[in-house]
Amino acid sequence: MIEVQNITKRYGDFTAIDRVTFTVDKGEVLAFLGPNGAGKTTAMRILTCFMPATEGVARVAGFDCFDQPIEVKRRIGYLPEHPPLYQELTVTEYLTFVGRIKGMGAEDLRSGLDRVMERLALGDVRHRLIANLSRGYQQRVGLAQALLHDPPVLILDEPTLGLDPKQIIEIRELIKSLAGSHTVILSTHILPEATAVCQRVVIINNGRIVAVDSPEGLSARLRQSEKIRVAVKAPPADLANRFRALPGILSVFEPTESGAFLLEYELGQDRRDELARFVVDNGWGLLELKTVSMTLEDVFLRLTQHEEGLE
Amino acid sequence: MTSVNAILAKELRSYFVSPVVYVVGAVFLLIFGVLSYLAVVNAGTQAVRMMQIQGAAAQLNLNDLVFRPTFYSAAIVILLVLPILTMRLFAEERKLRTFELLMTSPIRLNEVVIGKFLGAYLIFLGMLALTGIVPLILSVFSSFDWRPVLTGYLGLALMGALFLATGLFASALTENQIVAAFLSFGLLILVWLLGALGSVLGDNPIGNTISYLSFIEHYDRLVRGLVDTKDLIYYVSGMVLMLFLAHRVVESQRWR
Ligand SMILES: Nc1ncnc2c1ncn2[C@@H]1O[C@H](COP(=O)(O)OP(=O)(O)O)[C@@H](O)[C@H]1O
Ligand SMILES: [Mg+2]
Repeated sequence: MIEVQNITKRYGDFTAIDRVTFTVDKGEVLAFLGPNGAGKTTAMRILTCFMPATEGVARVAGFDCFDQPIEVKRRIGYLPEHPPLYQELTVTEYLTFVGRIKGMGAEDLRSGLDRVMERLALGDVRHRLIANLSRGYQQRVGLAQALLHDPPVLILDEPTLGLDPKQIIEIRELIKSLAGSHTVILSTHILPEATAVCQRVVIINNGRIVAVDSPEGLSARLRQSEKIRVAVKAPPADLANRFRALPGILSVFEPTESGAFLLEYELGQDRRDELARFVVDNGWGLLELKTVSMTLEDVFLRLTQHEEGLE
Repeated sequence: MTSVNAILAKELRSYFVSPVVYVVGAVFLLIFGVLSYLAVVNAGTQAVRMMQIQGAAAQLNLNDLVFRPTFYSAAIVILLVLPILTMRLFAEERKLRTFELLMTSPIRLNEVVIGKFLGAYLIFLGMLALTGIVPLILSVFSSFDWRPVLTGYLGLALMGALFLATGLFASALTENQIVAAFLSFGLLILVWLLGALGSVLGDNPIGNTISYLSFIEHYDRLVRGLVDTKDLIYYVSGMVLMLFLAHRVVESQRWR
């Protein structure tokens, strides 16, 4: 349904995405996972024909985003990072306008309005000005806008950004319910969101695809190791290397600004007692020692190192 | 066409829910009213003086004494007022990011440009129509030649279209509405001054070409009741050029 081949986008000298290639099958829900500035929004803007790629080819439902933008746009519902709302209109006025510029006829528009109002529970606010709606409702109006013309492809840029936990769950449920009947790409910088909602996760960092995997595969890859945080009062200069020489330790990250080392070790080999003894016996003064769960940053570090190791 | 209609309807809606259109309309009508009142008072004084000199009720020409000065002042008023009407057209879409909705919908950019232009133009024509009260009232009390009045209105309508198209172009250049308004003031005043520059250069091909570029000599002829295709072509092509430039600017922004 969606094919992206070697897409590169440069803003001046800055390369925002770099030779990105992936495909999305019909009915699949795919997540772009990456930290802020990774290039998620840029990739989505290319797919929605908001801007052209510097190089490469993007196709949606067989139509080229560059040569046949109107055909592509007809088939896409897009929720940008900032929902594109006209504050001075009421919800109904706004959605009617959207329906008309999406090329819907009067009959289609009427049934489409009823459908999205019900699906997103907007009935109560249909005659309210968008400016007066809460953040959660505004986001729902943004989603209603994307779903209104019932497009086969949905592109949702950080659809749960800035919502409270209850609203996040509602939106995730909604996205899950779209699977099968719609092809969905959503972007997020939250790992559990990607794994909870999607069948496949594309991890992007610094404009490049770092990994493409299923949520299960991803979890398995992440579970290959665990980490310990060690803070030492008077570390010798070569402490990092001494740590590396210990058995079972996979890698050692130099101290952060807090002065703590991060040691990565193989899964199921808890080395905490050995480490504590090692530091104490050498008289360096143990300040802190605890296991840490992997953050998204660790995930990227791991995956990027992993990939570089392959090259 | 349905897309143009959709954009147009949305623009009109947005105009009428914001105070801008009411303020702009009220200011325009008030100034137009005051100007024509002053012209009428001035005409009255002149009539009295003429009666004293000639000892009889002289032929009082309302066209020369009232309408022509009013039309000339109205040109300045619309130059000051119309950029306020157009400044938000693209600048606001970009600032509030609704632009992303327009550009990812299956409509063409020229439909957006035309819809937005027509929205502003209809508002302006509405304001112009309301000023029609002045000649209507005057026609009750005296008689005058309607032809130059109507061609004067035609001149205002054409010049207004050119101003609005220029304002739309300026609005496409920036996210900041104030900057957009000042850009259109600047552009319009510069083009206006070309007329004066042309006269300085004298009656030769260069001077005449430069004068031709200014909108004011074309307007002058229309206000005098002369309808020349050359002048109509000037306004229409100027307007099309500005709309085209607005289109190019918006389109080129996608490539950055
Ligand atoms: N219009 C632009 N001009 C210059 N740089 C941009 C522009 N848009 C985005 N960038 C840069 O491109 C990178 C990727 O941005 P973006 O696609 O928005 O990332 P994400 O959505 O993953 O946070 C960022 O470093 C950002 O600063
Ligand atoms: Mg983003």
